[in-house]
Amino acid sequence: MAGRVRVVIAKVGLDGHDRGAKVIARALRDAGMEVIYTGLHQTPEQVVETAIQEDADAIGISILSGAHMTLVPRIVDLLRERGAGDVLVVVGGTIPSDDVGELKRLGVAEVFTPGAPTRDIVAFLQSRVAA
Amino acid sequence: MATGAKTFSTISGIDVAPVYTADDVALDYVRDLGDPGAFPYSRGIYETMYRGRLWTMRQFAGFGTAEETNARFRYLLDHGQTGLSTAFDMPTLMGYDSDHPRALGEVGREGVAIASLEDMATLFDGIPLGEVSTSMTINSPAAIVLAFYVCVAERQGVPRSELRGTVQTDILKEYIAQKEWIFPPEPSMRLVTDMIEWCTRELPRMHPISISGYHIREAGSTAAQELAFTLANGFAYVEWALARGLHVDEFAPRLSFFFNAHLDFFEEIAKYRAARRIWARELRSRYGAQDERSLRLRFHTQTAGVSLTAQQPEVNIVRTALEALAAVLGGTQSLHTNSFDEALALPTEDAVRLALRTQQVIAHETGVVNAADPLGGSYFLESLTNELERQAYDYFARIDELGGVLAAIEDNFFQREIAEASFRYQQEVEAGERVIVGVNRFTVDEDDQPPLLKIDPALERKQVERVRALRGRRETRAVEAALARLKEDAARPDRNLLPAIVDAAKADVTLGEMCDALREVWGVWRETPVF
Repeated sequence: MAGRVRVVIAKVGLDGHDRGAKVIARALRDAGMEVIYTGLHQTPEQVVETAIQEDADAIGISILSGAHMTLVPRIVDLLRERGAGDVLVVVGGTIPSDDVGELKRLGVAEVFTPGAPTRDIVAFLQSRVAA
Repeated sequence: MATGAKTFSTISGIDVAPVYTADDVALDYVRDLGDPGAFPYSRGIYETMYRGRLWTMRQFAGFGTAEETNARFRYLLDHGQTGLSTAFDMPTLMGYDSDHPRALGEVGREGVAIASLEDMATLFDGIPLGEVSTSMTINSPAAIVLAFYVCVAERQGVPRSELRGTVQTDILKEYIAQKEWIFPPEPSMRLVTDMIEWCTRELPRMHPISISGYHIREAGSTAAQELAFTLANGFAYVEWALARGLHVDEFAPRLSFFFNAHLDFFEEIAKYRAARRIWARELRSRYGAQDERSLRLRFHTQTAGVSLTAQQPEVNIVRTALEALAAVLGGTQSLHTNSFDEALALPTEDAVRLALRTQQVIAHETGVVNAADPLGGSYFLESLTNELERQAYDYFARIDELGGVLAAIEDNFFQREIAEASFRYQQEVEAGERVIVGVNRFTVDEDDQPPLLKIDPALERKQVERVRALRGRRETRAVEAALARLKEDAARPDRNLLPAIVDAAKADVTLGEMCDALREVWGVWRETPVF
């Protein structure tokens, strides 16, 4: 049997809004996943490095600074460059719907906006990452 | 139809009885309430409250470069707003100039980008600083932004003694909740104390700090935690200023507070009343304050950003109106009402105007301003006020046991308490025990999204060029000298850092350069993340 699902929860950018990231981290842990929380103010490079070091199946990026169209594509690109393009990338935060489509086109698996129940996020990761 | 709640409790989890009577509240009117304007100010800090003067309607605004925000400021003043409130972008708040690599994609997104005195002059262009009061929401680099402001006023010919406003400056709640810090707690507290000391001498009408519960609540705390942690932080600032050698009545009259207005109507009103009572009592008995102005807790309120939903966003207008009403019934001195589109993006001009109109309706149409503390004496409200006060004192005792606020921050005490409360609340929502209209009940399949404010990506490039151009044309030798002095003073805790910062501002040293100099001397703060 393979190990538990390993997820990196990452706060990229400069904003300090970590309420959502922490709630998600805890909900995923309670659902039996292995959760690595990066803490705040991470660069895309740091996040990708953590994901590779931790052999993560998925990265959950929390961002509420409005810089998602700059920082998220950078993470997706870096993962590919480093041969980790199979790591599932999901995003959570205040993301306008126009940007949601664009992020998905760039390779983000799903975007969860305010009000998304944690059970939906758990279910999504469980369905997309075969442990 | 049932409410959906299994038990009856406030949004923070305080049990609520079916009805309250005189048996539920043991009150000594003079000791516990007092008339409005009289100790312990439970009923309000002024005798006539809103009859004498309405609260200041102060909408928080900032985006793009100084030019865009200057236009928004003028728009708000034209529509009857009575004070300004500046939102800075994330790079500015974190002490990076707009052209720093870490600023990429963040410039002007969540607020206005201010990297230099020149940017600040543009921000307040055509706005007479002797006539408006200005709030500036910034913490780690607060002293630098205040110095920019003072220099702009000087250029306008406005004496320092006439400057009115508030700088947030509350670094403790950054470690606890908002997480926009640069330096470690000790040097940060020294800088805050420098600000309090300098403002006491130089800017007698400025509030050097706004001790903020707002962000603590937004991070997921309960009302009691917001109350307790904020006041505990307030006591810490008082103790640092006293240790500096200031007398409490010299600076306490200029301390101000900032609270959240969440949806649980009576709990919020009780929170403001309890805050005033505790502050007045502790300032007098523990710190020996005698000036009445030291005992009066003045506060700004903002409606709860976290209560806004992305689903059916127009419902947010109703939520905000009810929250604003609680703030007014709780005796706030100034108020920001959130715009209905803020769960989606920064607000549009139309949405902001509607939010301002909400305050104007409360002020001019509902009649709630006619009598001070109109709910005072309600058995339920007084009982809740007592309960929040009791919970606050329990927290004060726990913080003392940990060795005070700074030790409790390093121990992650606040961060854990808040994470626990926010997770509990989330679980209650997901279990359907807490109803959020449009999210877990009364949902619709397809939402119409309102038109949203878009920040033109070209603004970032424009701002980056502005900063680079400034670096190119200023006098390098003056910049180097100013930075050398700043570092020297930073290394000497016996010096007040503000004069060196003001001189650096005048030499066109940027905010990021000043923060870098201080990083070099003081180091940076790293949190051990807990969830």
